[in-house]
Amino acid sequence: MIPLLRSEWTKFRTVRGWVAGSIVAVLLTVGVGLLGAAGTVRSCQGPQGDVCPEIPIGPGGQAVHDRFSFYHRALPGDGSITVKVADVSGVITYPPPDHDKIVPGVVPWAKVGVMVKQDLRQGSAYAAVMVTGAHGTRVQDDFVNDLAAGGDPWLRLTRSGDTLKGESSPDGTSWRVIAERRLKGPALIGLFAASPCDVTLSQGALGGTIGACRLTNVTGKFEDVSVEGASGTWTHDDVGGEIGAPTLSVGSARVWGSTIQLTGSGDISPAGMEGGAVVERTLTGASIGLIAVIVVGVLFVTAEYRRGLIKATLAANPGRTGVLLAKAAVVATVTFAGGLVAAALAVPVGIGLMRDRNNSIAPITALTEVRVIVGTAALLAVTAVLALALGAIFRRSAAAVIAAIMLVLLPQLLATASVIPSSAAQWLLRVTPAAGFAIQQSIPAYPQVEDYYIPALGYYPLPPLGGFAVMCGYAAVALAGAIVVLRRRDA
Amino acid sequence: MDVTVEVNGLRKRFGATRALDDMTFSVKPGLVTGFVGPNGAGKSTTMRIIVGLDRPDEGSALVGGVAYRTLKRPLTHVGALLDASAFQPSRTARNHLLWLAQSQGLGPRRVDEVVEQVGLGTAARRRAGGYSLGMRQRLGIAAALLGDPPVLLFDEPFNGLDPEGIVWIRGLLRSLAADGRSVLVSSHLMSELQDVAGHLIVAGRGRVVADRAVEDLIATASNGRVTLRTTAREDAMEALARAGATVTVTGADSLTVAGLSGAETVAVLTAAEVAFAEVSAHRATLEEAYMELTRESVEFR
Repeated sequence: MIPLLRSEWTKFRTVRGWVAGSIVAVLLTVGVGLLGAAGTVRSCQGPQGDVCPEIPIGPGGQAVHDRFSFYHRALPGDGSITVKVADVSGVITYPPPDHDKIVPGVVPWAKVGVMVKQDLRQGSAYAAVMVTGAHGTRVQDDFVNDLAAGGDPWLRLTRSGDTLKGESSPDGTSWRVIAERRLKGPALIGLFAASPCDVTLSQGALGGTIGACRLTNVTGKFEDVSVEGASGTWTHDDVGGEIGAPTLSVGSARVWGSTIQLTGSGDISPAGMEGGAVVERTLTGASIGLIAVIVVGVLFVTAEYRRGLIKATLAANPGRTGVLLAKAAVVATVTFAGGLVAAALAVPVGIGLMRDRNNSIAPITALTEVRVIVGTAALLAVTAVLALALGAIFRRSAAAVIAAIMLVLLPQLLATASVIPSSAAQWLLRVTPAAGFAIQQSIPAYPQVEDYYIPALGYYPLPPLGGFAVMCGYAAVALAGAIVVLRRRDA
Repeated sequence: MDVTVEVNGLRKRFGATRALDDMTFSVKPGLVTGFVGPNGAGKSTTMRIIVGLDRPDEGSALVGGVAYRTLKRPLTHVGALLDASAFQPSRTARNHLLWLAQSQGLGPRRVDEVVEQVGLGTAARRRAGGYSLGMRQRLGIAAALLGDPPVLLFDEPFNGLDPEGIVWIRGLLRSLAADGRSVLVSSHLMSELQDVAGHLIVAGRGRVVADRAVEDLIATASNGRVTLRTTAREDAMEALARAGATVTVTGADSLTVAGLSGAETVAVLTAAEVAFAEVSAHRATLEEAYMELTRESVEFR
């Protein structure tokens, strides 16, 4: 195998066109990516000038939404809060079909319950037990963690030491522990209410997808509220509340004895794509660089057929299998290296360009950033192998290039350009090699957040590695098929 | 090492065309074996099967007793020139030979050796796409020699060579055979193999028509014929025909006489008072011998 690899590497590097093609792939990936980044401009003109609001960051480092109605006391040390959620009601403004009325209603992820939160700062740590509009009783903490816990109306949060214990009960006597979380230091304890906007997606008459998000609020009626270990008085705050916000989104609390009615709007959740510009915006050039990668991958084998050179290659390596494997290894390594250079250049430079244009960047972990960069390189490398295999099967450059573009690039463009319905787009990104682009998605979709999870907005239907595995599967099958036909056919 | 090539009962069809129909022969070391026949006789297909490029429908081709496809570093066993223009035009000749060498675990030094051997010299560092037909043949021959193999196959190596090149390749073929290698050279022009081939395999319609030593073949083809030189061609033909001979005109003043011995020819001409310059035993050219053999098997398309 080593002699074959060396031999195929010599073949690759001694044809100027292929080396140039690989460099073109890098330049296209970086160039087009940076053009996209440079075109991402954010402007927040307002009475205070062009000042964009700070996006809060949660304890896990994600950009978050943290806006809700909070009725609370101080919790210096150990303590607990116990309530019964007696009723949940709310208001939805101008819902479908006619969008002409404000109607009573509770959105599925409206949430009311008990919370211990570090402080009133947006993004500070918290844990909460809650009843939701349509998803039952749940425990959530630190914006991204969510746990379903049946449908009990009695909720309790207890802190002892650094440990917070969330419990629920059907009747207020027999309690079930749902989850334990850690939360240190002085905190606030109380009741909360939040109601995210009412999301719908519809298909535009001229293609494209129209998303709409209508203001809602929720009112929780809490009975038998009992708090232990708290100090100070009850205070109401709209966490993250804005001056001049619509009346319906302003929270309020009413108290009769041990019954409290709390109204609120907003959400406590990861911010998703609203958390800032995403790093993969700097890598959109990979789709274009991919064309050069495909051409090089295809030509690396079809050129041999065109010149009859394949006869010399196969006479020198009559086992044949090794030839294709060595070719695949060479073209994959070259493309991966080029892709890595391209992505490692495009991401930091692109982020700089976007920051210069007033964008905040959705924060991600270093590991995610590495995954996006290395994943982009791997995506290009696997595409090159797929193109090579198609070249060996078709033996014609044009046919193989077209087939590779139809398999990889076309579904990706159709799905993300929002020219087809989102359901079709999602289907394409599940069953075609274009699923591999999921490896570039830096911000995950959260099931506990209602959002526009469509490819046009950068959400892939499969998880990053899952999508990439689909693409690898295609490449592996194509390569195996190419080996079989190469072994069977007369050269 | 056993360096014979054995081709045994090869059959191969391409669609409706029967390319090979029980092709059987063997190539022995130490001499150049000519592999001749009209276009379409199956020479190239046979060679492609020997080096494992095509699979026969039936039969086998063995090199030194084993199938080519099982050889580990095949180019060190068999060198083949099948298609002189099989290279990437934008690659230099040296790099073309380099990847081929590397695939066999050979280094660049061997490449430089064969480049010198075939006389490409400094031209090896130029793009092969700009090569003349003759230089392409030299590159193809260099590739065949790369592994210093004991068996060599050349498919139409004289194509496109200038006279100087033809002289060179004849010398090369002779010296390769003199080293004790098995050398199989195909050609559709017999004259090219004159004075080179020691043995001849004549193919026609996918099978072997004749498999003979060249000396033997020429003797048979010449057998009993007489070459006559005379300025009185018409008179001579009339007299000889009357005596029962078959006469063929071979030149302005030369005839070939069959059916009469040299002495009888002289007697007939003397009796008829026909002047002649020379009567000698006829020695057929390789081409004549070949035409004789393939007369029935030529396939016109």
